[in-house]
Amino acid sequence: MATIQDKIAALCPEAQFEQADVLQVTVPEAKWHDLAVALRHDADLAFDYLITIVGMDWQESMGCIYYMMSTSRGNETLAVKVIAAGTRKSPYLPSVFDVWAVATLYEREVYDFFGIIFVNNPDMRRLFLSIDWVGYPLRKDYDTDPKLNPISTESERQSDFTDTWTLEKGKLVKNEVRVFQPEDFVVNIGPQHPSTHGVLRFRTCIDGETIKKIDVYMGYIHRGIEKLMEGLTYPQCLPFLDRMDYFSAQNYHSGMCRLVERAAGIKISRRAEVIRVMMDELSRIASHCLFMGTFCMDLGATSMLFYTLRVREQILDIMEKTCGARMTFNYPCIGGVMQDLHPDFQKDVKALLEIIPANIKEYQKLFTGNVIAKERMVGVGLLSKEDAISYGVTGPSGRASGWSCDLRKIRPYSIYPELDFEEVLATEGDSMARFNVRLHEIEQSAKILEQLVDNIPEGEYCVKVPKVIKLPAGHWFEMTEGCRGVLGIYLESDGGTTPYRVKLAPPCLPLAGVVDHITEGMKIADLITIGGSLDYIIPDMDR
Amino acid sequence: MEVTTKSMPYDAWKDNEYIEKLVKELQDNGTNVIVGSLDKLINWGRSNSLWPLTFATSCCGIEFVSLGAARFDMARFGWEVARSSPRQADFMMVAGTIVNRMVPVFRRLYDQLAEPKYVIACGSCAISGGPFLKSYHVAKGIADIVPVDVYLPGCPPRPEAMIYAIMQLSRKIKVERFFGGVNRQEKQQEFLREHPVAGVND
Repeated sequence: MATIQDKIAALCPEAQFEQADVLQVTVPEAKWHDLAVALRHDADLAFDYLITIVGMDWQESMGCIYYMMSTSRGNETLAVKVIAAGTRKSPYLPSVFDVWAVATLYEREVYDFFGIIFVNNPDMRRLFLSIDWVGYPLRKDYDTDPKLNPISTESERQSDFTDTWTLEKGKLVKNEVRVFQPEDFVVNIGPQHPSTHGVLRFRTCIDGETIKKIDVYMGYIHRGIEKLMEGLTYPQCLPFLDRMDYFSAQNYHSGMCRLVERAAGIKISRRAEVIRVMMDELSRIASHCLFMGTFCMDLGATSMLFYTLRVREQILDIMEKTCGARMTFNYPCIGGVMQDLHPDFQKDVKALLEIIPANIKEYQKLFTGNVIAKERMVGVGLLSKEDAISYGVTGPSGRASGWSCDLRKIRPYSIYPELDFEEVLATEGDSMARFNVRLHEIEQSAKILEQLVDNIPEGEYCVKVPKVIKLPAGHWFEMTEGCRGVLGIYLESDGGTTPYRVKLAPPCLPLAGVVDHITEGMKIADLITIGGSLDYIIPDMDR
Repeated sequence: MEVTTKSMPYDAWKDNEYIEKLVKELQDNGTNVIVGSLDKLINWGRSNSLWPLTFATSCCGIEFVSLGAARFDMARFGWEVARSSPRQADFMMVAGTIVNRMVPVFRRLYDQLAEPKYVIACGSCAISGGPFLKSYHVAKGIADIVPVDVYLPGCPPRPEAMIYAIMQLSRKIKVERFFGGVNRQEKQQEFLREHPVAGVND
């Protein structure tokens, strides 16, 4: 760590360092852009993956914390804290969109929630809320009066323009730029469309059948989870994690529990760890099964859905016996898991493991080898490794581009270091690779389950935790491998029973952000293939 | 008159009171034998081929997918023809949270459904806002936006519960009066009068 610290201190003498769980550097706003360029391009630093931008309102000041990772240098993480310049009415920061491609989207998100203007960002619109929305909801002084922002059945005001801000002689100047040119032909896809996997909207500019540009319009299921959490105790926050990416419910839930446990200094039993990992892997299989079903259905192979849902139903049965629910399980809790395993658990998991290899063979036969499927998937939606990192595309989609981004391997948590499994990687980066990576991940998850099913240690499933959980003042950052990629959770506590700020950095937001980049020049029919193969979950990106 | 379906005895239904009230209303008003028989015929057809709209915003939608798959198999009841276009669908299962930005879209989808149309509020979010009740960007239940026929609690409801809800809906359709009685269209007009929208002439 010392070398990074020295290096940054040499680049920016004003930098202040703080060693939390991640090394945090505080730099002045004026130096931030130059430092960002150095952090990204300097060979000794090479922080090429921007995990998330956490907008913050500390009441006396506002700012952002940038979490980044260096993929080439042992996946080291770094946090950079920058306090915004300007007044509370119009705080501003320099944009880093030219350093990390995904920053364009993240900065829009921060602008939407906090009103921090990013100077030079080419697209400074609101992301989830309408253009006429009054106030910035995640600011601490936000007025929640529903009269200010009434629910209306009138169509939302739309604009063909976006804003960019420049700084001229210390003053912010706003410029309007067209999203599409007047001569462009724009087709609207969504929000009610069976192939967008929920309520996502693409404003697609096409030339004949070829896609020129896509403007992803989200927020049709933005439920304000981050703000809701600020008023709830830590155990009460947990159920929202299940309702983000409902396929990764177990993974997200245990990730959040792990974060709170680490912050509160709670050590959980090994039995609970094993149960959590097993549930995570079962979720992963169920999730990838449903992905294959819906993806093939998008491509026209409806029967595939029935084959894959067969396995999923079997997994849901296992979970239901133990957790009592088919979805939104709310099973892991702070200190372990809610209740002990059902007596049939081991028997059921073994029965599942027995049928999985035959099922995978069947999927291969039915679909992967199919000439129509190949025609539609091979070479469609190419994403290079560099772009995957720059756009922050993690999970199976990132691994299909050759980026080794499986947190279970590169930053192992829980009991993953002891387990024998492989990270599935592909190099093609097309839709076929994304499909295959998921198919093979089922095999690897089954391998993990095989190792654990007979080795569930005895012990308590939940350790004793205080009735009221209070965290010391401080901040923590935790990353979890969900079924679709890396979920980053930032938690800041002011010493009370409720979080001061929770930031959930979902994997699906960058997945939607990359759609414009990889569909450019493809045919409009390929948009469905590409969207399906990226496998984003809309409530996850919108939160 | 016991309103039930072939597969389920009358006593197995949990809430017969509401249907009995509808039946009583129907009998009190009285009708001509021919018109009554025609009503029965039309209702028989309608209640047995309910086509849903493929509409889901969040978690409940996945249970709706499970409902369509082999295990729960809604094709047994004649509901499997899920349409992507509202103009071809009979009812809308509002599966998931409806947020501010979605409200106009949702309302438009409802308006595009062809008469007679029905709405099932599926899951706690659609009923009341559910766990997101206190959020700044969530509609507190869809009853303020469209008229709801069946409320289906759960977070998310199990596929079996969804089957029950759609069967309830089909029972409701069985006691409807197409000729002479209260028609859906009038009901909608009434609803629109009660919920005026600024600038829109209903």
